[in-house]
Parts: sequence; C-alpha cells; structure tokens
Amino acid sequence: MKDYRVFDILGPVMIGPSSSHTAGAARLGKIAKEIAGGNFYKAIFYLHGSFAKTYKGHGTDRALVAGILGMEPSDENIKDSFNIAKNQGIDIEFVETDLGYEHPNTVKIVFKYIDNEDFYVIGSSIGGGSIIITNINGTKLKFSGDYPTLLSKYIDTKGTISRISSILSTNDINIATMKVTRESNIASMVVEADTEISDFILNEISKLEEVIYIKGINPIKG
Amino acid sequence: MSMFNKGEELLKLCNEKNKKISDIVIEKELNDTGVSYDELMNKMKETLDVMNNSATSALNKEIISVSRLTGGDSKKVEAYKNMDNTLSGRLINSAMAKALSTSEVNASMGKIVACPTAGASGILPSAVLTAKERLNLTDEDVIKGLFTAAGVGEIVAKNATISGAEGGCQAECGVASAMAAAAVVEMSGGTPEACLNAASFSLINIMGLVCDPIAGLVEYPCALRNASGVVNALISADLALAGVNSLVPFDEVVDAMYKVGKLLPESLRETAMGGLASTPTGEELKRRIL
Repeated sequence: MKDYRVFDILGPVMIGPSSSHTAGAARLGKIAKEIAGGNFYKAIFYLHGSFAKTYKGHGTDRALVAGILGMEPSDENIKDSFNIAKNQGIDIEFVETDLGYEHPNTVKIVFKYIDNEDFYVIGSSIGGGSIIITNINGTKLKFSGDYPTLLSKYIDTKGTISRISSILSTNDINIATMKVTRESNIASMVVEADTEISDFILNEISKLEEVIYIKGINPIKG
Repeated sequence: MSMFNKGEELLKLCNEKNKKISDIVIEKELNDTGVSYDELMNKMKETLDVMNNSATSALNKEIISVSRLTGGDSKKVEAYKNMDNTLSGRLINSAMAKALSTSEVNASMGKIVACPTAGASGILPSAVLTAKERLNLTDEDVIKGLFTAAGVGEIVAKNATISGAEGGCQAECGVASAMAAAAVVEMSGGTPEACLNAASFSLINIMGLVCDPIAGLVEYPCALRNASGVVNALISADLALAGVNSLVPFDEVVDAMYKVGKLLPESLRETAMGGLASTPTGEELKRRIL
C-alpha cells in the first residue's frame, strides 16, 4: 500500500488545467533542459499519443516551452512562455507524431545548438504531475527526477561501479536506487540519491579515466 | 510508519486520544516527514493562500479558458447570488460561484491547488471558505479543516483511487466533496464520527458519476461538477451535523466507490469517448477546438 502525505492530496500547487498535461509537461521540459544544457537556439517537440491530440487545449505546448526556459510547474508565467521564448531568441516547433510503444503522454524534445550536435530527451507524464525520463540521446533508461539524480556513461571497466559509489559514500551521499545498462562497451549508470549531489562530487567522478559523461540533476519543486 | 490506513483506525485514534481528525493527521504528518510544527502550518497557510486566490479571482472578472470553450460563469453566479429571490439562497450560490472560480482559473492556466486533482480543485477551497464566512472562523480554523480533508483524501487514495482515469468523476469530484464535507463538519464543531458520516454521504450521493470531458479538456462538465460538488459537500455536512448516521460505514463506502469505478467502461473514465463527450455537440466542439 503506497503511503500518502498531506501535500500529495492537497497538492501540487500548479498551473492548470491538467496535472498530467500541464504540470507534468512543465516538469518534463525543465528536466530535459537540465540534462541537455543551455544555449540551444531551437527546440523541437515531437508529441505522441494524448499529448499530440490535446496539447493545445491543455496548454501542454506552453508548459513544455516554459519548462525548457527553466520555469517550475507553479510558475504563473507559463501562460506567456511563447513570448518569453521569442524574446530570448529561442525558436520553437511542435510536431505531432507517433513515437511507437510509448506512454500516451510522451514527448521527444530535440535541442539544437549552433556549435554542437543535436541533443534529445524522451519522457512521459505518468499522472498527477509525475514524470519519467526514458531516453537520452538514444540511451534507454528510466528515472523520475523526484530524487537528486546522477547520470553517467563510462567505458565498461572492472570496478567502476565501486569507484563511483565510494566517491558518493565518502561525500556522505546515500544511494536510493542504482541502475546500470550496457551497449557494446559503453555502460550507462543512473543513480538516485537521498541528498543533493554537488558539483564537487561530479568533478571527482569525472576525474575517473573511464568516465565519458557525467550529469547531476536536482529535483523540481511542485 | 503510518498511524492509520482506514477510517475506522482514524476514528479509533481520535476517540482514544480524545482528539479531532485534524490533530491526528497533523501528528501523522509530523511523524512521517520530520518537519517542524511551524513549517507544516506555514506550508498549509501557503496552500490556503493559493486556494483563496483561485476561489475568488473569477467572481468579479470574466476568465475564459485556453480553449475558449468555457468561462465567465463564476461571475454570472456571483452576480445572481446578490438577488434576493434566488431559489437556493446566498450561501449555496456563493459556494457555487467560488467553486466555478477555481475551475475557471484552472482552465485558463492560472494557479490552483490540486485537491485531490486539478479537475476537482474547486470544491474544497469553496467549501472551507464558505464555512469560514458563515461561521465567522479564523484562518487557523480553516487550516485545521484542510488537514482533516487531507486525512480523508489519504484514506481514499490508499484504499481506492483519486484518479478519474481509474474510477470516473466519483473518484475526483466525489472524493473532493467527501474531503470537503469532513472538513466543514469539523470546522462546525462536529465529532470525528460526524466527519466521516458526511464524507460517506458525499460519496454515496454521486456514486457512479462518470468522467466524460468534452474534447478531453478539464472544462465541461468539470466546472459544473465542481459547483454541484461543493453543494454536495455542504448538504452532506448538514445531514451529518443533524445527527444522520451512515448505515454503511465510511470504509465500506470507499470500497464500494472503488468497485463501481472498476466496473465503469473505459469510455466513461477520462477517455472522452462516452457520455457528454460523445454527444453530437461534444464531438462537434472537439473538432472545432483540437
């Protein structure tokens, strides 16, 4: 039996009209932006399922754009996100599509950069404002963004998991969940922690020879 | 560890400790989260502030939804309320206007508190604010009432569902009314038993209510069902305060609501494929909006 707390029932405080189509969409946009990093000049949103069918009436489009601009799901500027993006010189495009066997409320967000390759994130809004991220640039994974999350990729080498977890424990970080997958010789690791993962820790991990990618994501309020 | 999962356990705690439902819910929350009493009260005060705004901002200003399908009804009902010869009187009309206000704010991408969901967010704020005005209560009384509402919502969420996709509108507006009814009974000085009787009546009154939003949007009939939902809460509270007893206890009513929800066809659970959504007008509006 899942336990509920007071503000699971009286909450979230959010911008309407729909926790899954609006609040969840803003969260998806915000986490995708944190994963991809700033300085993109354009974002293309490929909308799947119910997102594709009802995005205008639910303001899913404005919420997604608000998210990639860094707004929280309770930000009253979500409504004006198109204008804010325009003023920041960010180009926005929406494409209704079929992403295959995905949750009905799924979006693929492609970020475009002047001096870097495109970066994409796929995620779903799974109800009540909760989300899961399922794909980052082709790497399949699964995390909710509810916890401070560490994403890393490394050349599969004996002992890497223990080296990373020892850096975490030395810095007083307790691991809540850890998932590791491998494609050819590249391993991907998702660690959800109980407390925030600092830049110092990220830097320590990135010093490991085999690590080729590292990213820390802090949870989104609301 | 959770102190209560069922209504019966909650009542037992209230009676053993001679406390109100809100006291037990607050105790549980402090236990579970480790936050301080002041922090908890402040967070609920912030929640109440958002509710206050959403429940009043469409009363005197026409707010139209993003889809442009609905809006402006809160203002109409608020103006109508001030006439002397309304059928259901000032209090009921005022409560309906407040519930419509939050629903309209929600549909126009304004800020609301999902309680328990965004679609049913108009009911609880309107109920507690209406009771506050009627009974000359303080914000502190209202905040206590909100904890009582949360306790009832927690029990339903744990043992049944608060999702329209799973249980139909009865699981959203029905549960919101049950939460609101329990809150206003406590705010009126009723016993914990009376709180749960009122919550039971609210669920019983709309058992089986389907979720059939036109074009899948949280607008029509959602706003109307928020208006009727707050009235459901208020009359349920009055029944309980008058001493009417729920023959079937709250926990069994919740079970029944859950089972009825499971029996509803998928077309009547938030898919916009049945009920009002599939009427010729519903289909036409959907084509026009989407």
